[in-house]
Amino acid sequence: MTVLQEGRRQLSEGKRAERRLGWLLCAPAAVVMVAVTGWPIIYSVWLSLQRYDLRFPAEREFIGLSNYAAVLSNGFWWNAFGVTMLITVVSVAVEFVLGFALALVMHRTLVGRGLVRTSALIPYGIVTVVAAFSWRYAWTPGTGYLANLVTPDGAPLTERASALGIIIVAEIWKTTPFMALLLMAGLALVPEDLLKAAAVDGAGAWQRFRSVMLPVMKPAILVALLFRTLDAFRIFDNIFVLTAGANETSSVSMLTYNNLIKGLNLGIGSTLSVLIFIAVAIIAFIFVRLFGTAAPGSAEEGRR
Amino acid sequence: MGAGFGEATPARRWRWGLLDLAVIAFALIPVLWIASLSFKTTATLTDGRLIPAEWTLENYQSIFDTSQFTRALVNSIGIALISTAIAVVLGMLAAYAVARLDFPGKRALIGVSLLIAMFPQVSLVSPLFDIERRLGLFDTWPGLILPYITFALPLAIYTQSAFFRQIPWDLEKAAKMDGATQAQAFRRVIAPLAAPGVVTTAILVFIFAWNDFLFAVTLTSTERSRTAPVALSFFTGDSQFEDPTGSISAAAVVITIPIIIFVLLFQRRIVSGLTSGAVKG
Repeated sequence: MTVLQEGRRQLSEGKRAERRLGWLLCAPAAVVMVAVTGWPIIYSVWLSLQRYDLRFPAEREFIGLSNYAAVLSNGFWWNAFGVTMLITVVSVAVEFVLGFALALVMHRTLVGRGLVRTSALIPYGIVTVVAAFSWRYAWTPGTGYLANLVTPDGAPLTERASALGIIIVAEIWKTTPFMALLLMAGLALVPEDLLKAAAVDGAGAWQRFRSVMLPVMKPAILVALLFRTLDAFRIFDNIFVLTAGANETSSVSMLTYNNLIKGLNLGIGSTLSVLIFIAVAIIAFIFVRLFGTAAPGSAEEGRR
Repeated sequence: MGAGFGEATPARRWRWGLLDLAVIAFALIPVLWIASLSFKTTATLTDGRLIPAEWTLENYQSIFDTSQFTRALVNSIGIALISTAIAVVLGMLAAYAVARLDFPGKRALIGVSLLIAMFPQVSLVSPLFDIERRLGLFDTWPGLILPYITFALPLAIYTQSAFFRQIPWDLEKAAKMDGATQAQAFRRVIAPLAAPGVVTTAILVFIFAWNDFLFAVTLTSTERSRTAPVALSFFTGDSQFEDPTGSISAAAVVITIPIIIFVLLFQRRIVSGLTSGAVKG
């Protein structure tokens, strides 16, 4: 009896110690993450309600929602928003198809698997600015093989439609391997026996893909699409190098940068910050709603 | 797909070989192109050939002549290394707790890191600019290291906790039975076993910090803390008649070298790190 009570008290003490250690170990990471993102985003809500131009600091005052009215009634914002959405939707859609193909090659190839995987990691790892310069020179008349090949007498980076196309190509090239790796993680979960059984039962490649692979891979696909969509929405480096936002090719990130560095207008800049934050939150929400609750992290609890 | 479960007939090998070749060409041509530009002389820069007609190292000499690029390179290396070290250590502590311990608030931590992974970084640019200006962090190393740690932490926590779950924890119990505390068991028994996961995480975090452009271009203003990607994007020719294409290409190749080395040495680790974090996160 006394031994049992003793044991129980030790258990609960152990439990409490475990708790304390858990909090202690997580605290530094949690504090840094919240301090560097939570505080500035709250601060930017506060700034967005003010007239605050660093060139005229004396005129700083509280103006309510006027900044939001100014941004939302401005053509630049809607143009940048449209450009960002276009780039996001097109590049993620193409990447999904290419990434799936690449994942299949990396997963199933009979020869040179290591070589293929190593090469595919190069676009993932390379500095985006470097890749963007390669594409810029490729499409600049004179220095570029692609410009000389495809449009011998045009300057594709100086026209809106072709410039947007090139930005999308650069984005797809850089991030398809990442998409492919996330999808490959899902592919590895597809039981080989099931595929074989389906093949024996006479299911064609498309049917095997639709009824065997897709259901198993759904969580991996959701993660890949969600992460890439939100990542594509913040596109900046490629546009900065390829067009610098000329000819109405600015994304919302590019617009924010120009406003901050060239305009030094913190009130408007913070308004843009808050609007982008809301847009991203809405996209993430729609994703989780559309694809069910299989959001990353939701399975975390059951696993332990 | 159809070739998935047949045996490796020569025809199948050829088909896969061709597909492999397509992937390799797709991945490498843009890289080879900028490398080729970096070795071309000013006169042959516009000849459109993939293999330079005249080879030169002039472009490399010119970027290492001034402090503009060398200083940026030092900044890049220092900032990326420090960010990696701190993010990996903080992430390791949290990942151990997530993988091993039971405590209230665990879900919240996972939720927060997930939110940060999806956070639009550009939303921080304007407020951080103002906050760092006030705190004196603007245009300093810590001013960049802080956001890098923050955005690397979700990756560091997910990847490491995925690796930690695969460790045979009975060893830890055995160590504790031998009288070690939980902290000692972690340090002496588990940490060596966890090393591969930690190395993988470090590589991924380093690549992220090395790659960043958005924070680097908005939170710096001088050579003091400007990183290499930003410096090279601001290159201009020595005179207004000179085109910076050659120097930019050379600088681009230089900052690609560490990435190539990582990829060549650690291909397996990078692949397993990215895929484990994705499925288990």
